[in-house]
Amino acid sequence: MKAIVSVFAKDARGITAYVTSLLAERDINILDISQTLMQEYFAMIMLVDLEACPLPFHELAKELQDKGAERALDIHIQRSDIFEAMHRI
Amino acid sequence: MSYLMNSSEIIQTIRMIDQQHLDVRTVTMGVNLLDCADGDIVRCGEKIYEKLCRVAEHLVPVCTEIEQEYGIPIVNKRLSVTPISLVAASCASDDYALLAKAMDRAAKAVGVDFIGGFSALCQKGMTVSDLRLIRAIPQALTETDLVCSSVNVGSTKAGINMDAVQQMGLTIRKTAELGSMGCAKLVVFCNAVEDNPFMAGAFHGVGEPECVINVGVSGPGVVAHALKECRGEKFDTVAETVKRTAFKITRMGQLVAQEASHRLNVPFGVVDLSLAPTPAVGDSVAEILELMGLERCGTHGTTAALALLNDAVKKGGVMASGHVGGLSGAFIPVSEDAGMIRAAEEGVLTIDKLEAMTCVCSVGLDMIAVPGDTSADTLSAIIADEAAIGMINNKTTAVRLIPAAGKSVGDRVDFGGLLGSAPVMPLHSGSAAEFVARGGRIPAPLHSLRN
Repeated sequence: MKAIVSVFAKDARGITAYVTSLLAERDINILDISQTLMQEYFAMIMLVDLEACPLPFHELAKELQDKGAERALDIHIQRSDIFEAMHRI
Repeated sequence: MSYLMNSSEIIQTIRMIDQQHLDVRTVTMGVNLLDCADGDIVRCGEKIYEKLCRVAEHLVPVCTEIEQEYGIPIVNKRLSVTPISLVAASCASDDYALLAKAMDRAAKAVGVDFIGGFSALCQKGMTVSDLRLIRAIPQALTETDLVCSSVNVGSTKAGINMDAVQQMGLTIRKTAELGSMGCAKLVVFCNAVEDNPFMAGAFHGVGEPECVINVGVSGPGVVAHALKECRGEKFDTVAETVKRTAFKITRMGQLVAQEASHRLNVPFGVVDLSLAPTPAVGDSVAEILELMGLERCGTHGTTAALALLNDAVKKGGVMASGHVGGLSGAFIPVSEDAGMIRAAEEGVLTIDKLEAMTCVCSVGLDMIAVPGDTSADTLSAIIADEAAIGMINNKTTAVRLIPAAGKSVGDRVDFGGLLGSAPVMPLHSGSAAEFVARGGRIPAPLHSLRN
């Protein structure tokens, strides 16, 4: 299953490293990545493959959210179909 | 980013959900109960309970799964059933409240938020069973928590059944006397639709399949946000913006509907693309109308603004879904919309203006608190007016009024949760008793003869 991981936070050092290692520890493969700064806010969007991830989706979502909260990051994970459905005919 | 998506679109979607209250308002499973008919009403109730528990067992867990995977809130999970007046017609008893209790127990067992279908369709006349059901409504709504009731009293094809209109005035009165919450779960329709997923008016029509999934999307907050970007622009731009936004909202509803249908192995019925407000700030239809340039919802210009909104929502949504149905448009419930509440409290939004607005919105007079001493005749007359608008304009209209016990104009009534709160609105004082007492039928309009 492919999913979109999105990370929003105030810009700080090491956010990308922290989030990508969270994903690697859970056997999640990053297929594509983009990041931007909007004023002082950091926004990172990743397309990931969950094929090898052993966790059920809802547990994974909860873990990422909790781990994100420890560093004041807002981390979401959602199946990618929702974005395609909404923005593509 | 991948060739399929770009990050600004992804951020836009996430913001719609996080900050603009975008949600799927309801996934409603319609279930046929005609096969639960039984001469023994107790047995009929058992069959209803057993069937609903069996058929809807997975509805809530599947919706929760979808919510988690897509990160999109599904606010309500609901059931709608065949109008009980049909299911119970062969019962030897008139204690239909017993069947409402069976529905209530089943709804609680499967974990849904509401169950609709304690209903009768009597636009042309009332069967013995319709009358039994209508008489059981006050008790049924008072002694259950999740059951919703609706009665169709008119249609463009059949005219208005004024005997049923009179009965419903009395029924609303009696229900209010037993506790005002009951009236929030009771709606009187003209041109009721068979696949509406929204409460209190959802029921599973007889033309529907055995079981079906209908999805109601929402998103007034998203439309309001989009309109903030086009202040001062011409109406052409406003309409276009609403259409584009409605398209996106509906696509999401379509996706959820397909997933739910696939995972439950139940056919997909329709997406109902209604803008359904909630009392939360920023989730208001009134706010959208005000963003078009009105100082307050209810002032002159409101009907035109609502007409544009209602039509643009349909146009945007219709291409986004394989099957659009239900009520589809903009709802204008007073108590469930922070902007409407404010406008009503300030006296700008009146019952007469609301009636005019129902000519162009998707339903009717909805969640309006009226003085506790409002007579049954006045309630019936309001229903008749609203049914006439529906009948002549070939649209669904509805009345959901709450006579607030012991309260008078200006007092506030709290319903709690999604139902919100409302100021008691003034009604006209002239009596309609003689008018309502006539009974009989108002004939169908000329344009009902279309063959």
